[in-house]
Amino acid sequence: MGRQFNIRSKKNTISFQIDVKPLIITFLLMALTVSALFSGPGFGDPFFSPVEIGQSVFGIGNVGNEFIINTLRFPRSAVSLLAGFCLGIAGAILQGIVRNPLASPDIIGITGGAAVAAVSYISFFQDTFGIQWLPFAAIAGALLASLLIYVISWNEGVTPIRLVLIGIGISAAMQAGTMLILTMVPDYSASQAYIWMTGSIYGASWEGLRLLLPWALLIVPLIIMYSAILNVQELGDDTSAGLGLSVQKHRLVLLLSSVVLAGAAVSIVGTIGFVGLVAPHIARLLVGRSFSYLLPSAGFIGGLIVFLADIVARTAFYPSDIPAGIFTAGVGAPFFIFLLIKHRNKF
Amino acid sequence: MSYLLKTNLSKIIGAAIAVLLFLSAFLSSLYFGQTAIVVDDIVQAFTSFNSSSINQLVILEERLPRAVLGSVIGACLAIAGALMQALTGNPLASPSIFGINAGALFFVVLSITLFSFTSLVQIMWMALLGATLAGVIVFMLGSLGREGMTPVKVVLAGAAISALFSSMTQAMLVLDENGLQQVLFWLTGSISGRSLDMLYPILPFIVVAVGVSMFMGNALNVFATGEDVAKNLGQKTTLLKIAIGVIVIILAGSSVSIAGAIGFIGLVVPHITRGIFGPDHRWLIPLCAVLGASLLVSADVVARLLIMPQEIPVGIMTALIGTPFFIYIARYGLTKR
Repeated sequence: MGRQFNIRSKKNTISFQIDVKPLIITFLLMALTVSALFSGPGFGDPFFSPVEIGQSVFGIGNVGNEFIINTLRFPRSAVSLLAGFCLGIAGAILQGIVRNPLASPDIIGITGGAAVAAVSYISFFQDTFGIQWLPFAAIAGALLASLLIYVISWNEGVTPIRLVLIGIGISAAMQAGTMLILTMVPDYSASQAYIWMTGSIYGASWEGLRLLLPWALLIVPLIIMYSAILNVQELGDDTSAGLGLSVQKHRLVLLLSSVVLAGAAVSIVGTIGFVGLVAPHIARLLVGRSFSYLLPSAGFIGGLIVFLADIVARTAFYPSDIPAGIFTAGVGAPFFIFLLIKHRNKF
Repeated sequence: MSYLLKTNLSKIIGAAIAVLLFLSAFLSSLYFGQTAIVVDDIVQAFTSFNSSSINQLVILEERLPRAVLGSVIGACLAIAGALMQALTGNPLASPSIFGINAGALFFVVLSITLFSFTSLVQIMWMALLGATLAGVIVFMLGSLGREGMTPVKVVLAGAAISALFSSMTQAMLVLDENGLQQVLFWLTGSISGRSLDMLYPILPFIVVAVGVSMFMGNALNVFATGEDVAKNLGQKTTLLKIAIGVIVIILAGSSVSIAGAIGFIGLVVPHITRGIFGPDHRWLIPLCAVLGASLLVSADVVARLLIMPQEIPVGIMTALIGTPFFIYIARYGLTKR
């Protein structure tokens, strides 16, 4: 343990213990995220400096730049950071409750469920009801998939290994379901849905940001408040029950919030894989295991990962615009293999 | 392990029924489809072919190749799955779970978009290369650690390798949009619209691989008692393992090079066959071939009829059939061993 200090109210009714190093790192990550938000839109052709970007965003910049920055690139940076933030936190929660380093929303099929629902919504209902209900559809799909996984893996309790194995099975089924819908619908909707599915941020707009932000604002504070409970949960079911925690109830709340965050993020940016797996691991290396630091850091790191993947995806192969999901999988899958090798004696 | 048919006589009758099942699947594949056909058309197409009859053309040019390819690929994948399960002692082993399909698929896409290969033999060799690469990596990753190869590790490694190869496949396709049209059909796994000419260059390899596997029954039965026992009984287990590996790669790789990634046949069929005919590999391998062919051909017929006038790629059908199976085995089958 590094340096730490305590904050107490007068009668000791409220007290915090604050570790200095993780706190600093968390703030550094936050600063990095903010600077990414204002420098990210600059990359590409033409290039803009952060100052120009700031000016444009607040409406005092060069009118010629305004379209590129305000309409095309800034929302894109913002959406990628926010979606990554949600995915990172969702992964951290999931790893905490199933106590399995290999768990993440995409591997155990939660994002797969969101994808099926979102693709059906885009294909069958979007023209009638408009895009604003898309997050609800995706979240509903994610909830259904996770319910299915949980129920099927239940056999006098849920063991993490069974959860992961069955999740992989469910995610294969979800993939097949998505492809099935794509082959059934007319070409126009199919291509729309396909673009969405590959995990691309290039359609990102202010509307996407508007749709995603409420969910993040709703869930994230709740989760930060719950971080103490997550810390206890990670000790194992018996220990946490012994410490006076109603394990099943809190696990349900945590699982639900993880699913909602993942579903909302997926509905906007498509299935960007492995972020929810990698971000919590990096965060744990940086700030340790305490969830009050781990959750925000995993979020910021997740955001930065998606942000970087998107920047590379749209600049490196210019003029092609490659889905960012390809890069996150390209980095994430080897990382997963590394984890598998590291924990080889556990499975 | 309990199974249905215990005496040799009942097994022979069972095998005859399996063959009948296959024949009826094959015939219904000729019969059902968007163009309505009467039985006379089928008979005439083979006895007195009349090139001005559209129905007969549809049978010979479209449905016959489809039925034949479906049979061959179904048989190949089922045998590959049975051999892999025998080799690893892992009930979840099969080409799609091992990432072999994804690896082969990536190399197929690579050879078309990047190297502009057009000859099917070249594509097949690339598919074999990809299948080998993915299979070996997953095998190695799965066998790490103190406990050796556990089903969970293999599945996880296979999932990771599949994800890696699929993301690279996607990248290739986004970079080369013209390529997408050519390879789209490999992606979902389909046996429609392929001509029999595709099969001929690969057929010799398949025939040899299938032929050899038919005669491996005794050796596999010995091997199934455990590697140490088999060694003490004088079996050259290393040689056997290499032979199995090569056969699996040929069967799975050439299937992918013709029809793309068709999953779960290799997982499902050996389990069904074992449940009916028992674990004796002398029965298991040939009957896997028959039942695998029947399953894929009938899945293809259903895929064709379900949402007429459109078709569902048969790879999607097999995935939808196979997943409940996978889940069942993951839940109940793993604890027995």
